[in-house]
Amino acid sequence: MPDEKIDASLNLKGVACPINFVKTKLKLEEIADGQILELVIDDGEPMQNVPRSIKEEGHKIIKVEKLPDGSFRLLIKKGGI
Amino acid sequence: MDRYIEDKDSKIKVDTKIEGKVGEIDFNTLKSGGLIKQRQKDMFTVRLRCPGGRVPLSKLEKVVQVAKKYAGDYIHLSFRQSLELPYVNYKNFKAIYEELSERDQKVASCGARVRVPTACSGCEYNPNGLMDTQKMAALVDEKFFGADMPHKFKISFSGCPIDCARTNENDLGFQGAVNPEWEEETCVGCRICSKACREGAIVSDVETGKPIYDPEKCLYCGDCIRACPTNSWGEKTKGWVARVGGRHGRHPISGHIIAEFIQDEDVPKFIETVIKWYGEHGKPYGRTRIGALLQIPKEWDSFIATLREKLQDKIKSNPKPPTKNEIHFE
Repeated sequence: MPDEKIDASLNLKGVACPINFVKTKLKLEEIADGQILELVIDDGEPMQNVPRSIKEEGHKIIKVEKLPDGSFRLLIKKGGI
Repeated sequence: MDRYIEDKDSKIKVDTKIEGKVGEIDFNTLKSGGLIKQRQKDMFTVRLRCPGGRVPLSKLEKVVQVAKKYAGDYIHLSFRQSLELPYVNYKNFKAIYEELSERDQKVASCGARVRVPTACSGCEYNPNGLMDTQKMAALVDEKFFGADMPHKFKISFSGCPIDCARTNENDLGFQGAVNPEWEEETCVGCRICSKACREGAIVSDVETGKPIYDPEKCLYCGDCIRACPTNSWGEKTKGWVARVGGRHGRHPISGHIIAEFIQDEDVPKFIETVIKWYGEHGKPYGRTRIGALLQIPKEWDSFIATLREKLQDKIKSNPKPPTKNEIHFE
């Protein structure tokens, strides 16, 4: 299945909690409801915390993909919950 | 009583009602009114009643006014979330009681009785919170505060398994918990739950990414539920885990889980049963904390039997009596 149309991208490899989430929030403010943000975060603490915070803010994670270097690629639909 | 205090007398004349008495009152009775003798002659610390460590601003304003007038130049925060006014002369007890009551601020209690319950902020605004600890602290304070016991009796509430209120170190502690439940149909195998779980209770299937759950490792924190993007993880049961028989101090004891997922309305019944049993069974042993009592096998058996009678299957099938925490040199 092809990816949805991506409206914004953010690479947060090497960015620790909670800065990664703050940056994600700011990026999400730039796009409209229903648009898609592509996010790359590290495994470990970021994967433990960021997806949960995104959900708590009312956005929907529509895809999770493990990249060859061990980091994760998430597609987030703004205000999708 | 501190043996270094200056007063050789253990009695003092007061003109406000403490435990219904006025006039010549001994230090132990004063303690029941939240008045603690200091080293300094005629000086007392007044401990206020602040259930759950929550002090409305209107009360706090009054406390500051009273402190400026009658007490030292600071407020001490007690280890159990109370405001304490040091350096109060006993001659001012009556005025302090009266002025604090203008804003309904009550004085606490020390000694051998049910103390003010402590609590974290709970689910009201703490993202980890699962249960309403503040509501329960207020309710328990209202219902049980000051009841006479064989020794002090402390109750605490934690909203989640992080357990900031240290339920295992209290005579009775209630900790919020949620039993998670997974629904296969909506799960997309994203693996986020296995990342969110800090206990290794969820691992993802290598092929499908779907969770394999090990309840033995689960702490019932609800991280999986909060993280799941498709709401495939939900709440099966939510409630309080109860621990009994803990204490800190010179000889700390750790209380262990005796009941799981009891509801708000079970809590008063639970406390009532425990303190009634303790009142009766503790008496012959003198000044003994419930944790020490429960380490005596026949008392433990009697305790469990009494709880089962009142709360049936809400009591865990194989509860463990409180155990000693060794903190000194052996």
